[in-house]
Amino acid sequence: MNFLKRTVPMIIAFVMGVLMAFQYYVPHEASQNLLKVVTRWGMIISGFAMFIGAYSLFHMHWNRIKHKVSGWGYSIFMFFGAGIAIISGLYNGGELFWNDKQSGTMFDWIFDYVQVPAGATIFSILAFFMASAAYRTFRARNKEATILLISAIIVMLGRVPVGTMISQYIPIAADWIMTVPNLAAKRAILIGVSIGVIATSIKIIFGIEKAYLGGGD
Amino acid sequence: MIKKTDVSITTWILIAFGTVNIAFLATGKLGFNGKGLGIITAVAITLAMYSFLYKDNPVFKIAENIFVGVAMGYSIIIVWFNILKPDVFEALIVPMFKDTGNAPQYLVIVPTLLGLFMFLRFSSKLSWLSRWSFAFIVGMGSGIAIPNFINAILLRQLEPMLAPLYTGSFWGTIDTLLVLIGVVSVLFYFFFSMEHKGVIGGVSVIGIWFLMIAFGASFGYTVMARMSLLIGRIQFLLKDWLGIIQ
Amino acid sequence: MEKLLKIDRRILFVLVALAVTIPLLFRFKMPVPPTRHVKSMYNKIDSLSEDSHVLISFDYDPSSKEELQPMAHALLHHCFKKNIKVIGMTLYPAGTGLAEKAIKEIGKEYGKKSGKDYVFLGFKAGSSLVIMNMGEDIYTAFQEDFYGKKTVGMQALKGVRSLRDIDYAVNLTASGIYEAWIVYGKEKYNFDLGVGCTAVMGPEMYPFIQSSQLTGFMGGLKGAAEYETLVGHKDRASAGMAPQSVVHVLVVCFILFGNFIYFASGRKK
Repeated sequence: MNFLKRTVPMIIAFVMGVLMAFQYYVPHEASQNLLKVVTRWGMIISGFAMFIGAYSLFHMHWNRIKHKVSGWGYSIFMFFGAGIAIISGLYNGGELFWNDKQSGTMFDWIFDYVQVPAGATIFSILAFFMASAAYRTFRARNKEATILLISAIIVMLGRVPVGTMISQYIPIAADWIMTVPNLAAKRAILIGVSIGVIATSIKIIFGIEKAYLGGGD
Repeated sequence: MIKKTDVSITTWILIAFGTVNIAFLATGKLGFNGKGLGIITAVAITLAMYSFLYKDNPVFKIAENIFVGVAMGYSIIIVWFNILKPDVFEALIVPMFKDTGNAPQYLVIVPTLLGLFMFLRFSSKLSWLSRWSFAFIVGMGSGIAIPNFINAILLRQLEPMLAPLYTGSFWGTIDTLLVLIGVVSVLFYFFFSMEHKGVIGGVSVIGIWFLMIAFGASFGYTVMARMSLLIGRIQFLLKDWLGIIQ
Repeated sequence: MEKLLKIDRRILFVLVALAVTIPLLFRFKMPVPPTRHVKSMYNKIDSLSEDSHVLISFDYDPSSKEELQPMAHALLHHCFKKNIKVIGMTLYPAGTGLAEKAIKEIGKEYGKKSGKDYVFLGFKAGSSLVIMNMGEDIYTAFQEDFYGKKTVGMQALKGVRSLRDIDYAVNLTASGIYEAWIVYGKEKYNFDLGVGCTAVMGPEMYPFIQSSQLTGFMGGLKGAAEYETLVGHKDRASAGMAPQSVVHVLVVCFILFGNFIYFASGRKK
């Protein structure tokens, strides 16, 4: 049983990893067809995977209601929102879910007038907290913090029209910051992260990294 | 504990909100139709979200939970219509039982099974089967990532670093040199296998300066992003709802 | 003086709200000179002939809609004005509603028809896998469009077999998906790529611009306003530049004033 539980997944990861890495270097039609087939499989599996997220969310809120955790009443609204969206989506403007998706239905209305304003607003709240944090905590405490602060001020002014009105040199300075020190730092981070991706991928293929298998036997 | 002042503030806001919308509906500024009622709903949700700025409160929490639910419900339906219906239901299942003019795509059985195995993660006895699905995806992703990242990031990003320093102008050459110094010094800073002392310590200090300038720039851009979101919402309130700006 | 640092944060919130609202109400206009990265994108699309294919991937959801939707609108105005065929898609489930609305509404302004002048392919999961699958064959990745119509034989896709046949691709993104477009798309299947991203991600684009992996990029609302200026269709992004300027000055004042008090009060913690 241990073979099926631990060895088989590691074999699958190894075979798929080696196969796909080699596929890159073989510009033959059969190799391209292989890529076409497995990437399509991956897309379908990813579609199923989205339901795992849904299950986790519903499970968590259901447990909150079941065990009457503090604030459990709010979870009912989560189910209410999800229920309305799912029912209107399945109803599909009367065409029902096994037919093509209809436009301008209740489902689209919910998206336009509930999800869009809620999603856009919840992230815009951060604008207020950023301004507050800038006032309370952004201090030139040492050399490094001072460099950061000066760079931030130049970029903040140089990237909006008012920067040019204050001085024509502010946008030029902001542009220099972006194209020289910023570019260098971002490139170094990019190279570092990519080496990390490649190293982790090699570890996964050769079974050194097994975190994706989860715990247990 | 709900304070009396909070209750009265909420009541007044609700009265003002109701009055304005009734006036808009009565005067025809907002139509008594899907769009008009939709805008009122969107405004109610926007204001409920912003109520958090006063303090955390039940109205915000209700709006937040409805949003989470709607977003998840929306994703589920979209995944059905965009992935499961065309790529599994219509490609494999329907042609198996009905003559649609297309042969069933039997190859789809593999990802369908692997997809279904994922749900067994929640089973105590068969959760090991979900590992096969994850191994397939993770193994495939890893194999694809290695050559593509070497080519598209490592080599392509190193390419400009190997170009001649002299670019035809004095300041251009200085900038190219600075980029080279910046990349090398930041990479040294992230190199933790050696103690940051002596020359390595000195180089990594230069790396920190480059990083600080870049983080400052990122902070500036983050402020820009967040403020843009706020501007968008205020534009919605002033233009689409109140109609006081064009 | 230190009391000023402990000021109720809600007073700061009101100042921020006023800094955004007042410039919007009084509508003072600010010049938005296009920067070279936005111009490169514009010039690329402008150089395309009629019936060329531009692919726009709307990889964002409502949380970044205020920054990216104006970009999408400006791009669509440009493409439809030039009679370029638009191929829309998204790698975000919640991107479908926003993308569909943008393409449909702006297409209608120019009398464009779905399936003929543009196609909205909808959503697929798997990001990099979708890009590679499209790189091999667009019709296996998207066998149907968003409305369930078969993509094979669709007039809007005439002459397009895979990503290699796309004349220009634009990734409007709120996440690291742009990297997947570069790594698994542009570099593998060799097509020109531009990115429209949230301002938060703007600084990340510079290494790719210098290495010529991106033709250009638009960063945040400012990038959208610049594109609106170039297309000659000033809209929400351009209107947002006055409040954006004022609120940036306010945040700079907050930082400077906060530091002034910090130093004046003897740098106490």
